Amino acid sequence: MSQLHESTTTDRSASGSRDLRLSGLTKEYAAFTAVKSLDLVVPQGSFFALLGPSGCGKTTTLRMVAGLETPTSGTIHLGDTEITYAKPYKRPVNTVFQNYALFPHLNISKNVAFGLERRGVKNVGQQVADMLELVELTSQAHKKPAQMSGGQQQRVALARALINQPEVLLLDEPLGALDLKLRRGMQLELKRIQTEVGLTFVHVTHDQEEAMTMADTIAVMNQGVIEQMGAPNDLYENPTTTFVANFLGQSNLIEAEIQGREGGQVKVRVQGAVASIPAERAHSESGKGWLGIRPEKVLIAEAGQPIDAPGDVITGGFITDVSFVGVSTQYMVKMPWGQELMVFEQNTGARRMLPVGTKVDVSWRPEYAFLLDASQDAKAGIEED
Amino acid sequence: MTSTAGIAPANPHDTAAPAPRGRKLTGYWLILPAALWLGVFFVIPFYSLVSSSLFDPNGSVLTGYDMTWHFANYFDAINDYKAQLWRSIWYAGIATLACLVIGYVLAYAIAFKAGRWKNLMLVLVIAPFFTSFLLRTLSWKLILADDGWVVGFAQTIHLTNLLNFIGLTGTDDRLLATPFAVIAGLTYNFLPFMVLPLYASLEKIDVRLIEASSDLYASPIRGFFKVTFPLSLPGVVAGTLLTFIPAAGDYINATLLGNTNTKMVGNVIQSLFTTQGDYAAAGALSVTLMAIIVGLVLVYVRTSGTEDLV
Repeated sequence: MSQLHESTTTDRSASGSRDLRLSGLTKEYAAFTAVKSLDLVVPQGSFFALLGPSGCGKTTTLRMVAGLETPTSGTIHLGDTEITYAKPYKRPVNTVFQNYALFPHLNISKNVAFGLERRGVKNVGQQVADMLELVELTSQAHKKPAQMSGGQQQRVALARALINQPEVLLLDEPLGALDLKLRRGMQLELKRIQTEVGLTFVHVTHDQEEAMTMADTIAVMNQGVIEQMGAPNDLYENPTTTFVANFLGQSNLIEAEIQGREGGQVKVRVQGAVASIPAERAHSESGKGWLGIRPEKVLIAEAGQPIDAPGDVITGGFITDVSFVGVSTQYMVKMPWGQELMVFEQNTGARRMLPVGTKVDVSWRPEYAFLLDASQDAKAGIEED
Repeated sequence: MTSTAGIAPANPHDTAAPAPRGRKLTGYWLILPAALWLGVFFVIPFYSLVSSSLFDPNGSVLTGYDMTWHFANYFDAINDYKAQLWRSIWYAGIATLACLVIGYVLAYAIAFKAGRWKNLMLVLVIAPFFTSFLLRTLSWKLILADDGWVVGFAQTIHLTNLLNFIGLTGTDDRLLATPFAVIAGLTYNFLPFMVLPLYASLEKIDVRLIEASSDLYASPIRGFFKVTFPLSLPGVVAGTLLTFIPAAGDYINATLLGNTNTKMVGNVIQSLFTTQGDYAAAGALSVTLMAIIVGLVLVYVRTSGTEDLV
């Protein structure tokens, strides 16, 4: 494996940066626009996730990079080479397909050798063996795909793409068909392999947890455009749109009246109380806004009791629902203005679980709050199921 | 016992208690219709055919026939008619190959390129069946007639010379009453039997596999030979069998479109049975043809290795 790693890195440094750049990429179908003027740079060697609900254009984007769809307009560059209209079989790009698309008539080692053989590489045996070792399938080399489990097929699909040492590896919902436990294991495995081989991975998924676990950078897509892009941590802590706030994790969005900026803080009135938000987390400067706070950042205590590490306090709530999920307890708290806030509390054992009907005060540390434009739909990005 | 082996007892107590009588017989009842069908339409006629192939060859319609285990009928029949036997295999083989090439292109177009015309094209493929086999073959007599435009065109592009060169026509620039006409008729008549199974197996192919092959550096042509064609093999095998078997036994095309030197084994059998009354030779020839076809099919299916693809 180390040999593979070295050869790819030397190739790269010789030819300069090989970032994947999409500029003004658009795909229109007869009835709708799947991707609207997308601009995106995927740095060489990074693990990049395109995250969004189904129909947001992420798979179309991936297929355009693979060459399986032709863009209506815009360009795709790999380093200085334009590949917008290059045939799929002439691009240094390989794909791990959703549902794997393994060749049913070929055994595992033939499947893995397919790409190398088509490029006329001789004596592929050793490379195939190395690759099967990387994905821990050495003993299955002579089986047919139909004889393998979903997780094994997934690894064959990965090996079949990786063995070609593509400059960009595209992963189309690669773990979608696996059950939850296997998926968690494969996420770590994929991340390990990506670090080991050092290739650029572009990963398309609708599973926000999967994207956050693996990716260095996430682009959240919605209706053909990128809503926000950044490191998982930044996206989660400081979303700029209600869609991102709701799609990536969950958020409480409370109507607020913006009062103005005071130093590094933006002051807002929230249902009679005053709260402050750090200026760099305020994405609206005047008028109305949505004050956002993540459920696990909301602190809760019985009415009148001191709250540990308090910030802005709002009183007068009562608990309408309690669910115990082991590591934490999830409360629904009905506030005086009728809205229900979600509150997640770690079960540290510091206090007993509060029963339904308890009158409570809630609080949060101002540095965790964020402020969004009130013109956006507060329910955007909430998954319905 | 084999009849109940397939039914796994849901309840462990079922195995302890003896199975009720009715249930034990269920399997036999279920295979009864198929067994009856095979008995009436295959075993009895086959028995009658084999026994007539062993008749005393001296029998006639007037004196009657005796079943005398006269195995020499086989040697005589093969000896007398080996030219026609060989010609049948040869003509049917060429017609099958022509059907495969034409049918594959057609089936591929219907499966992958026809879009919303798919169903209409499938109807057109089977549309010739709405007219009788005999009529369709007869109409080829008109199409290939000596003063028809087909012959004229074939002469203009020197196709007749080419066909003459490879021995499928004579030197007289005709198409009708030549081996070419017989093979063309066989190809035409059995083409739907090739197209339908080919279409069925091409249509089943997941287009993502073709995308995957092109993602893995296979050009469209290489992708076709490495992925599409291997995956369509079940259809190729089914189609070639459905074409070759009836074509090898056919006598209508040779009768209507051929000449005295293009007689196939079907013609011989027909004439032995119906006009000469030589049931022994006709039976022996029929069984021989059947044995040759079964042998070829077995070898073919084995070597094409499609057992684990289906």
